[in-house]
This record gives sequence, C-alpha cells and structure tokens, in this order.
Amino acid sequence: MLQVMLADTAITPDDGSTAGSRTTPATVPVVRRACAAAREMLVRVAADEWNLDMSQLRVEEGAVAHAGKRLVYAHLARSKQLTAASDNTVPRGVPLTKTADWSVLGRTLLKTNAREIVDGTHRYPSDIVRPGMLYGAVLRPPRYGALLDSVDLTRGKELGAVVVRDGEFVGCAAKTSYEARAALEAIRRTARWRTAPHPSSERLGAYLKRRAQRSGGGRRGPRRRESGDVEAALAAAGTIEASYEIPYVQHAPMEPRAAVAEWDQGRLTVWTGTQRPFGVREQLQQAFRLPAGRTRVVVPDTGGGFGGKHTGEVAIEAARLARAADAPVSLRWTRSEEFVWAYFRPAAAFEARAGLSGEKIVAWDFAAYNPGTAGIETPYAVPNVRTQYFPCDAPLREGSYRGIGAVGNNFAREVFMDELAGVSGLDPLAFRLANLDDDRLAAVLRAAASRFGWSQSRPSGQNRGTGIAAGFEKGSYIAICAQVRVEGGATEVERLVSAFECGAILNPRNLQAQVEGCIIQGLGPALDEEIRFADGRLLNGSFTRYPLPRFRDVPPMETVLLDRPDIEPAGAGETPIIAVAPALANAVFAATGRRRRSLPLQPRAN
Amino acid sequence: MARFTIRINREERSTESPPNRPLLEVVREDFGLTGTKYGCGEGQCRACTVLINDLPAVSCLTPVSSVDGKSVTTIEGLSTGDQLTGVQQAFIDMDAAQCGYCIPGMIVEAAALLKRNPRPHRSEILDAMNPHLCRCCGYRNILSSVELAARALEANDA
Ligand code: FES
Ligand code: FES
Repeated sequence: MLQVMLADTAITPDDGSTAGSRTTPATVPVVRRACAAAREMLVRVAADEWNLDMSQLRVEEGAVAHAGKRLVYAHLARSKQLTAASDNTVPRGVPLTKTADWSVLGRTLLKTNAREIVDGTHRYPSDIVRPGMLYGAVLRPPRYGALLDSVDLTRGKELGAVVVRDGEFVGCAAKTSYEARAALEAIRRTARWRTAPHPSSERLGAYLKRRAQRSGGGRRGPRRRESGDVEAALAAAGTIEASYEIPYVQHAPMEPRAAVAEWDQGRLTVWTGTQRPFGVREQLQQAFRLPAGRTRVVVPDTGGGFGGKHTGEVAIEAARLARAADAPVSLRWTRSEEFVWAYFRPAAAFEARAGLSGEKIVAWDFAAYNPGTAGIETPYAVPNVRTQYFPCDAPLREGSYRGIGAVGNNFAREVFMDELAGVSGLDPLAFRLANLDDDRLAAVLRAAASRFGWSQSRPSGQNRGTGIAAGFEKGSYIAICAQVRVEGGATEVERLVSAFECGAILNPRNLQAQVEGCIIQGLGPALDEEIRFADGRLLNGSFTRYPLPRFRDVPPMETVLLDRPDIEPAGAGETPIIAVAPALANAVFAATGRRRRSLPLQPRAN
Repeated sequence: MARFTIRINREERSTESPPNRPLLEVVREDFGLTGTKYGCGEGQCRACTVLINDLPAVSCLTPVSSVDGKSVTTIEGLSTGDQLTGVQQAFIDMDAAQCGYCIPGMIVEAAALLKRNPRPHRSEILDAMNPHLCRCCGYRNILSSVELAARALEANDA
C-alpha cells in the first residue's frame, strides 16, 4: 500500500507552502519525476531477477510484466537492491510519460484515504492523541489591541490545571478541555486590561485610503507600473471613472487551527494543520530558540485552510503549554477564536479610470489599496496602462486567502469593464472580446457564454438579469455567466454557468469538485460575508451571525472544463473564485439598473 | 462530578464527568472516538452530529447527563465490522470528501434520514442536510452521495 504523507519536516523535503496554487505546477512534476525514477528502479530489479534486459519489460497496473509473467511492485520493493539504494543509484532524468500516453493521469482517481474519512478513523490534527496528553485553553484579550495589566493565576491552579503566564500569553492545560476551560474562566475574571482605541468597519474604504503608504520602496512598499501615456490618452478620450470596495472576510475553515505539541528531552514535535510546515518549524525555532534538528513539524491531512492556515500561532501556544505541563498538549482554537484572532482576507478599496475610443479601451488607470497584488494587472489589451498598488496600515490582522488579491482586483476590474461596455454600447461579452488578445481567456469566455446561451434572448425584466465576468490568475482561466433575480434586498442566483481551463486535466472529477467548491465558496463573499467590527470587537464572529453558503444556497450550476493537453497543468483551487462576485454584481445591475460597487451584494445589519 | 453510563456504539461505557460537560468532549476525550468533530460548539455546523437513541443530535450542545442510560452511535459505530454502510460507500463512490472534516457529521445525518425515510425527495434531503456546513463547499457531491445511497437501498429492496 502506498501511503501519502503531506509533510513531516524530519523526513520530507521542504517544498515551501501549499499556497499560490503551486501544488500542481511545482509539486506534481517533482512527484512525477520521483515516481518515474522509482518505476525505473523497480523495473531494474525485475530485469535482474529474470535475467532480462529492461527494454523487454512492460509495466502495468502496479506490476512489471514479461511474456505472461508478473512481478508486483510490493514484491519488487522488498528487494535488497532497493532497500540499499542510495542517492547514487536513483536514476536521474527518467523521461515522464507524455500527455498523449497518460493512463493514470488524466483519469478520475478516488482519494486514497476516503475509507478512513467515511468511517471516522482518519485523524485530523485536532484528533491526534498522545500518551498522557492534556488539553489546552488560552486567554484572549477582550478587544483588539488590549494589553494585559494584571491577572491572578491562583484560582486556575486551585482547580487543578497547569497554568502558564509568559508576557501577554496566559493559558491552561488540564486532563479534559472542560477543566482547562473552567480554569481559564476563573482566571479570566481576575484579568485587568488596558485598551486602546480601534477603528470600526464603517467607511473602511476611506479609512484605508487615508492610511495608504504612498511612497517608499521595498518588497512591501507601494508599486507602480506605467506603459504609454495614460494622462494624455485619458485627456484625449474623456475619462470614465468609478471606485469600488470590499470588506474583510474570514476563512472560517471547518476545522479550526489545532496542534498537539510534545517535548522529549529538549526536542519538540508538533502535529499541526498548516499550509507551511517548514515556515511553522522556523516560527517554533525562533519562539523556543531551538535548532532545526530539534524541532519537528508533522502535518496530517488537515481540514481545509483556504489560505488561512499559513501561520504557526497555535503550534507555538501548544508548545508553550506542553513545556510547562511537561506533557503533550492538544490545543484547538474555538470557533470564536478562529473568527476573531485568525488573520483575515484584507479589506480593500479601488479607483479605476479609463478612456474609450469606440469599442476599444485606450487608457486604463487602476489603483488598488490593500487587496494584495495578485491579479492587479489587466488582462485586456490596452495601449496606455497605469497600475498602482498601495499597501495600507490596516486595522485588522491580514493574510492569505483563496485567490487573495485577485479576488478584489478582479471584482473591481470586471465590474468596471461592465460599466465601460455600457458606455461603449457593446454587449458585455462582445466588449470584452473586442479588447482581448489573450486566446485562453477568450476561450473560457466563449465557452461559458455558449453553454449559457448568452447570445440568445436572455431572461430580463421582473427583476431578472444576467451578468458575465472572467479573469485569469496563476496560469488558469475562468469565465462565469450568472442569472439572478433581485427581490427586495435579496439576490437569488438562478443559474451559474462557468468555464475553466488550467492546461492539461490531471484528475477530472477532482478538478470539477475543486472548481465548483471554489465557486460556491465564492458565493459567500459575493453575497453575504462581511466582517464587522467596532470598538475593538468583532460584531459577527459566529456561524449564527456570519452567514456562509449552505446546501440550499447552491444554485443550479453547470461547469465546462476545457482540457489543454498541450499546456502544463496549473492549479485550480483559487482562480474560479475571482469571477463569482463580479458576474453576480453585473447580473444585479442588469436586473435592477443599480450599479453595485461594493461587496457583499446583500449586506445585512445584524 | 457524577458517573454516567452510555451505551456507545453497542457497548456499555461509563465515565466520571461534570453533568453539563458536552457529549462531544466525552466521546472524543474519554472514549477516544475522534470521528465526531468540533466545528462551532453552538449547534450551527452539525459537524458533531451523533445518533442518540437512533435520532440525530448535535453532541456539542448535549450535556452528558442527558444521555445517561441511553444509546449513542458515532460515525465509528455506524458500520459493523469491516462492512461499510451504504451511505458510507456512496460517499466514497461519489468522491464526496474534499478535506473530509465535515463528512462524518454528514454521513451520520444521512444514515438517520434514510432509516426513517428510505425514499426521500430531493427537498427532504435538503431539509435534513441544510444545517450541515461544508466549507470546502462540496455540497453537490455530498447531495449526490445521499441520493446514490437512497437509490442503492431501493435497488436492494426490489
Ligand atoms: S460543533 Fe456542534 S454544531 Fe457545530
Ligand atoms: S469536505 Fe472540507 S469541510 Fe466538507
């Protein structure tokens, strides 16, 4: 049996992080090369055993075969020759199977650990149990920016818990999580805090623009790219302009961040759900002044992170508690901690200006405040372009997210494209195609539109409307056509047709699930999701108050997957989300005549 | 602290516990049955669904004292021996799991649904499943899994 191990810093190589849709373009080729080398070695063993030349042998279905004889891989893998193999005997540069000859890739394969998932035996990071393990709980400030003045730990100790204070960190560990919580509660009542003023989520766009870093350099500084003469072109063509905004949203993964930490004679092992195992190891080394050789991070298959699980805070907290308790400690954040203290997808503001000459865009001036730089450049062919990025001094802790910058940048751009189409008098699809010389983006637009029936008579009137949007990011392409019905403040998505292309398709069913899951997840920030805060507190940090897509929110949807066997595959988990919100916003405009320039489209005041 | 006896997955087990401690923590921490998941602790995600006397319940909001002497089935106890139930098999066949964290709760719910209503309409499936959250948003394949399991039941009956 083949076992897939996500990461264990003691035995797996450092392949960076699960981020930026890098798994498919970066990790898959490496795994394929490793598999090809392993296959070559297995064939060599079989050739030796049969005294034949390697070229006479075939491999099929996990075995090496020759003239009716078969040796299965499991048998060959036990050979001395293989177990003694060293770096020098691993063959290099074994050619990979060409796309046209694929017999395993390109076909639907089911998950190897599906059985453990459905029978409940698969252990996620929060399920790991170690001998003598305790459960932890951590004290959180009552507001953002609050600092601990004083706290009395005795009540917690009297309740039998291990209690740790280390600067701002206060935590408890006990035999059950119930006892750990009870001890923490007793301590919390004694805590005194110093609070500081904190802004609110009202008028966040203006706040960000005021706090934009407009000069300076460095990797995190503002950026500017200009080609042609934008001001002259705008002056000649006349300027159309609009601004846009997106709020903070939270990843809200089903499994909150979790870690089990264990110390053994100065060595630290942490099992945790992170997208950056080696990054977290580094954080642990820094926190505890440990050398790499004494710090090990193991990542079991983890509850989905969606960009939200890069950092190692829970690993550090568990390790602190474990060190004080002199026992392994399991720490799993509560849902409320996950909402309030995990980093957010950035809120952002955008200013877009453009000039048209007939159906062509002749000038494009785009400024983004805070979303991240992914997807900031327009994919449309424009002779005069200025793109500016301003990082902002933000009110909340921010980090990666599915599609990250491309979500906001593409929302602003694709809604603006719709507005420009309106000015040009062209249909939104025709306007996009008229300004596009990227064949792959044009292909997904055409595929989605044709499946949707965009050029036939589309439903309109009675608050119905249709919208289209597209985008590309990290080597993959998405276009979405949406039909909505707007009734009062509610937007019902009546139909969603998407087309997606990411090069050669590796596993069709898995790809479809990724693309559709990503699009459905994207309905949340498009329609409902918005983190609201005031006076340093989150106002809607729970599943009751922060609506997320559920079964009944899944619209009738069709997904066209375009296969390009001639193109190296790229990742698929992020790009589909970037066209969801603009397609819906454009459909809402078609339905109501009201242009929506901020998200979510149906905000609620709860 | 008090002693509570629960018939869990067809086996009598008891534990010393404060009466208001959530059943979720008792099955996970005292009985080592970690298939039942925490998602919110407030009844809003149903990752923690178990059967209490054959009816689905959110174990995060169920105090252990309320199940004293009752029978509780977790995902681990759904099947007997190596044989998976039809619902579990359908979730495998439909490749319904993405990260899989929500799946045990989904399966326990679907199994209970098909037991009380072996031929559910789509809307009845949606009613039962809608309170369950899947952040990977694999809703379409999960729904198809439940439908597949229902069809398989019907085929077996015929
Ligand atoms: S954990 Fe019980 S409903 Fe969410
Ligand atoms: S499969 Fe990941 S939460 Fe449902």
